[in-house]
Formats: sequence, C-alpha cells, structure tokens
Amino acid sequence: MTGTWHLFRLALRRDRVVLPLWTILLGLFPGLVASSFASLYPDQAELEKFAASMSSPSLTAVYGPIWSPTLGGLTAWRSSIVLLIVCLATAFTVVRHTRAEEEQGRRELLGSTVVGRGAGLVAALLVALLAAVVVGGLTAVGTAAAGADGTGSVALGLQYFLACLLFAGIAAVLAQVAQGARTARWIAGAVLIGSLLLRMLGDAGGDLNSPLSWISPIGFLQRIRPFADERWWLAAVVLVVVAVLTAVAYRLNARRDLDAGLIAPRPGPARAPRALLSPLGLAWRLQRSTLFGWLIGYAVLGVFLGSATDAAVDAVQDSPDLADAIARLGSGASIGDMVIAAGMAIIGIGAAGQGVQAALRARGEESSLRAEPLLAAAVGRLRWIGSHLVFAFFGPALGLLVAGVFLGAGYGAASGEGGGAIGRVVGAAAVQVPAVWFTVAIVVLLFGLLPRLTTLGWAVLAFFLLLGQLGAILQLSQWALDLSPFTHLPSLPGGEVTATPLVWLVAIAAVLTAAGLAGFRRRDVASGG
Amino acid sequence: MENVISVKGLVKSFGRTRALDGLDLEVRRGEVHGFLGPNGAGKSTAIRVLLGLLKADGGTATLFGGDPWRDAVSLHRRLAYVPGDVTLWPNLTGGEVIDLLGRLRGGLDTKRRDELIERFELDPRKKGRTYSKGNRQKVALVAALASDAELLVLDEPTSGLDPLMESVFQSCVNEESGAGRTVLLSSHILAEAEALCDRVSIIRAGRTVESGTLADLRHLTRTSIHAELAGSPNGIAALTGVHDLVVDGDRVRLQVDNAELDTVLRALTTVGVRSLTSQPPTLEELFLRHYQKEEALSA
Repeated sequence: MTGTWHLFRLALRRDRVVLPLWTILLGLFPGLVASSFASLYPDQAELEKFAASMSSPSLTAVYGPIWSPTLGGLTAWRSSIVLLIVCLATAFTVVRHTRAEEEQGRRELLGSTVVGRGAGLVAALLVALLAAVVVGGLTAVGTAAAGADGTGSVALGLQYFLACLLFAGIAAVLAQVAQGARTARWIAGAVLIGSLLLRMLGDAGGDLNSPLSWISPIGFLQRIRPFADERWWLAAVVLVVVAVLTAVAYRLNARRDLDAGLIAPRPGPARAPRALLSPLGLAWRLQRSTLFGWLIGYAVLGVFLGSATDAAVDAVQDSPDLADAIARLGSGASIGDMVIAAGMAIIGIGAAGQGVQAALRARGEESSLRAEPLLAAAVGRLRWIGSHLVFAFFGPALGLLVAGVFLGAGYGAASGEGGGAIGRVVGAAAVQVPAVWFTVAIVVLLFGLLPRLTTLGWAVLAFFLLLGQLGAILQLSQWALDLSPFTHLPSLPGGEVTATPLVWLVAIAAVLTAAGLAGFRRRDVASGG
Repeated sequence: MENVISVKGLVKSFGRTRALDGLDLEVRRGEVHGFLGPNGAGKSTAIRVLLGLLKADGGTATLFGGDPWRDAVSLHRRLAYVPGDVTLWPNLTGGEVIDLLGRLRGGLDTKRRDELIERFELDPRKKGRTYSKGNRQKVALVAALASDAELLVLDEPTSGLDPLMESVFQSCVNEESGAGRTVLLSSHILAEAEALCDRVSIIRAGRTVESGTLADLRHLTRTSIHAELAGSPNGIAALTGVHDLVVDGDRVRLQVDNAELDTVLRALTTVGVRSLTSQPPTLEELFLRHYQKEEALSA
C-alpha cells in the first residue's frame, strides 16, 4: 500500500477536469429536478395527480416505481437515469486508473518505484470514493434545499453514494479478471444494462417485490425507498457486498502477474486470412465484436420494449384517469404508438452512442500509434479513416433497423397486430438516423480540426441526452432544446413526417464530415506524447 | 550519384518546441545511411516528415524525387518502415500483422517471410498484446525486411533486441544492402552504425552537425585509454593524435585518434604497462565535443 497517497494525487491530477465535471453536474441534477417539480406542481394534490398519471407499468419499467407521490419521491423517481450514469462513470474511472494504466505500461513504470502492489488499485478506489461522496452529498443537499423531506434527501444521496461504490467494486474486480481495459469496460457496461433489464422486467409486471428487481443491483438500490419508509438496512447489505468485491479485487491483484488476467490467451493463426488484408478488413476485425454486441443489445431491448408496450396499453385502458390525461396531451396518436415513440427516442440516443464509439475508435488507433504503420504504407488518409467511418455511420443505421424489426415484431406479437407493426416501427427507427449521423459528424469534425478534443464527442452526446430527457422538465426554452438534433425528429409512429428537418440534418452532417475529413488531410498525424 | 532522400533546411515545430531546426540529410541510392543522434534530437520527427505523417513548417524534403506530403501513397509503395515505438493490435497475431503490413505496402515475399521468422526466432501465433518490446520490434522488422521495397526506413530498430538478435539484424541489413536496397537507419548506438553504415549524418537539437563517410567520421572517433605504467610517461604528450592527457604519477588518462592508436600504444608499452583499459567514445562524448567546438567558435 506504500505510495497509495501519491498515486491518489496523481489520479486526481489526471482527472482534474473530468472528475469535477461529472460529479458536480450529476450531483446537482436531482436538486434541479426537485426545484423544477416544486414550481410545476406547487401543492400536494397536483403532485399526487401527476404521480398517478405517471404510474403506468411501462413508465414504471423505464424509470422504476414511484415510492411516494411527494416532491422528494417524484424527484427520486425521475432522476433514476442519473443513477445509471453515475454507475457507469464510476466504473470507467476505476478501470481507467487500474487496467488501462497497466495496459499502457505505466503501471510497470510506477511498479518499479517505491509503490506497493495494491497501491494503484486502492488509489483508484479512493478516487471512486471521493466521487461517491461528492455525488451523494450534492444530491442530498440539493434535494433538501429544493424543499424535499430531509431524511429522504439523505437516503437519496446515500443511494447514489452506494451506487458509485458498488460499481467501483465491480469494476475493480473486472479490471483484475479482464486482460484489456476495453473488455473490462464492456463487461461493466453489460452488468449495468443487465441489471437495468432485470429491474425493468421485474417492475413491468406490476409486482414491486418481484425477485427479478431484487437481484438487479439497480433495483436493489432503488428499494432503499428514499422518501417512503426508508429501508436503511439495505445500505448495510450493499456496503458488505462492496467490501467483499474490494477484498476479492485486492486478492486477485496481489496474486496475479503484471499484465495477466484470469483467462490465458490462446495462440492464433500464423497467417492472415485474405479478408484481413485491407484497411477495411482490419477495421472490420477491430470493430466487429463491438458491432455484434450492439446488434444483440438492440434485438433484446426491442423484443422487451415491444412486449412491455402492449402491457402499458392494457393498463391505460383499465384506468380512465390515465386515458384522459393522455388524451389531453392531444397528439391524436394511440397510446401504444406514443410509448414506442418514447422508447425509440432513447434507442436513437443509444445508436448515436454506438456511432460516437466507432468514430472514436479511429482516434484511439491514431493516438496509440497503430495507425502510423498503415499510413506509412500505401494507404491514403481518407481510405484509412473511411474504413472506420463506415462503422460509425452505417453501424448505427443497421442497429436501428434491427431495433425496429424486433420492437415491431415484439409489439405485433403481443398486441395481435401481427407483422403490420414491423413496418411502422422500422419507419420510426429510420427517422433517428439523420440525428445519429449529425452527432457522429460532430465527432468527425473534432477529429479533423481539434483531434485532442475528439473524446468531447461523449460530452456532446450526453448533452443531447439530457436535453431530450430532462429539457422539458427543467423548462428550458425552445432554442435550447433545438440545439439537440433529436429535438427536430418527428414523433413516430403516429406523428406526422416532414422531410425538411431530416434533409437539413443530413445535409449539415455531410458538411461537418467533409470539413472534418479535409482537416484530417491537412493536419499532422499524432506522433505520441 | 542519385539521391533517394534529399532534405534541406527542414524546420518543424510543435507549439513552442522546435523539433527540427534546419536539418539537412542526403541519402544516396544503394547506401546504408546512419542517422545518428541522442534521444530527442529529432530523428523520429524527421522520419515522420519524410513519411508524410507530419507537415514541415519550412525547408524542402524530397523522397525518390517526389513530395513526401503530396505523393505519400505512391511513394509509400516503394518503402518499408519500422517505427521506433512498435505498437501492435492487441488481438491480432504477429503473423497476421506481418501479412497485413506487407500487403498494404504492395507485396510480401512469403518465402523470405518464413525464413526471417525462423531467423529472428519469432512465434507468429502469439497475440499482439502478449509480445515483449523486442518481439514487437521483430514483427515490424520481419514485415519490413520481407517486403520488396526499394528503401528501408528503420527508426532505432534494435533498441529492444538482445545481442544475438542484433547480430541477426546486422546480417539481414547487409543482405538487403547487397541486394541493392537503400537503408536509412536511425540509431543512437555508434557501434551499430560503424558495423553497418556507408555514410552517416549526426544530428543534434534538430540540426545536422556532421555528415560524411565513416572514414570522415574516423577523425571524430577517439579511444579513451586509462593505463597504469611502470615508469613516468615522458614524451607521450608530444605524440600526434593524443588529446586530453592527464598524468597522475605513473597513471595516465588520455584520448587518442584511432588512426594513431598503434603509435601511442607502442610508446606506452615501451615505458611498460601494468594495467590498461580502453573504450570507444560514446556518441554523447562526440556531441559534447561538438558543443564545445561551437562554443569556442562563437566565443
């Protein structure tokens, strides 16, 4: 453990921008949501009315149950998306300071100095602890300051704090098991998505004590029930789990060799297959497993959402209040179409994430100097970057097609509408493509003109996500909402389609991409350091 | 004689750092040209400009008579490059990388590939992430040496190799040179340059300080001698080729031009030698001397 303090400070120095940014922004969010709710629904009767209109099975599946129809309870319910983001952010932070460091050879450099074996791991966990304290603390203070119940606010802060610690522990173990940082991040993401799906399946049934929700880490954390007879003892259970995970990670770290994982690598082929022998062949090899992962995710999510939508429609038909509330929203679309449109908006953001990830892969290849030998061979710059952009632009388009087919099939099968639903839902998925391309084009522009800032693509995407999900609740003005390309998409199925915004989005995306490519042709290729 | 590489007054800055500051370099067809300098002298930057990866801020650089920035792709068909810092794709095997790079350069002699893999004792079935630095370098070397490029650009290719592999590397470069290929070999190891190169260019702080044949370089090459003598070393100071002589009783410390080594050693053995150590000068000493010379000139 010698040297932990120095490594901790080194990690804080490396994260001096990113760490304060996400912890403070996410920590302030629940407070902002609470004050917005306080001004939208000033008295208890209005809060209860709003809560009643929001307790359909499909909405419960998406956000989790509303434990109490109070200001605090609704805030906790609506901010559950922040819970997911903090889990992912903490997990990535831990991997970044453990396995990623080791993979880059920096741990070897530090390991030769007076630094203990476990110091890197402990330092990374301390960073996660600090993040957890900031997020949890700001959440508790912010929510209470907006007028929510004090005890409940502390429980909500505690929930976020524990979420950070839990995923830090999971990531710490994964960083020991997986030999690559990318693999560790992927498994952490899969654990999060898996626990989200478990919770959605559990809560969608209407039984708030479904075992599916209880075994899901996210569902378990939400069952601390902030603002509604808090179950404090669940926090103790989570802390025990965190302690066990930390101990396992520490033991694994102490036992294994540098650079080793638990799975021994097998020898591969001595000769390259013909299909590999081109820039596109190489890009396919590098991107294919990620692409397949996304496609499987779209298919699973599609089937699940499709069948959950039908359950939501049934629930609305049983509740005249709810049917009335929805009729007053007044788009004229059927309830099933509206739920699918809302789900598709989230899938669209996911597809943009897929595109950003694929485009950033090219930058990763460049800054790790792996693009250099290709560009020093007879491969033009546009041919090289094009081989990755194929996956950034057409990967999400293919993904949306898969999501549309499976969501439509799931809905068609559950509602009895049959195959006809597929066409409508695929159309709804297709209109997401222009906004996805717009987002990817911003990354290409950054890559060409400001290569060091390319990873800001994730921040742009997060900004679009927050505008879409919370912009209306935060009562932002229309020009602010218009900053997101997703605001300009028609609400499908059920809404009306006008071609103009779609054409504009594609045209702007084309211009941004062209500018980025022109910039890349003119600039230096990264040369390390 | 035709120049394969011709660089004049090349300037490249990164922010405020001037990595290249008026570099000159001429590599003739068929020669093995040593590109020498300490770490950070600008060797890799110059090579990256020649490969069209970096855009020069000033000066001219031509490669096979073409513009390395504008004609990058067509020029790259005629050369093979081994980077100083070889990074491989973690999930591709060494064999796959060799085939890929060979193909992208325009062709690979598969017989020679297999022969080189044997000689370098490389396991081509291992994944990129499991190779050591030396083995990663071997992958890049095999890929470059097995291609049928006219020019080999090697950036400190032996920094991770053990002495055995270093000698395999040297015999490979001699074969390539015998087959009429041009080699640009960047290095900070003078012994390697002496063993392989026809001509060398020495750079320091982004500028060429010395360029010429190895015979030209000989005048720079001095051996340092420490000796304990049986008597007083009279008259040694007067011999030609002796520099920096320090006499401490019957111990002497001196530097001698290699051309005069024989004469000076004879003089020492005449007095009687109790112990003797000699070592060639490091490249750093040469640079130090260059610095002192420049300071003396400017003073």
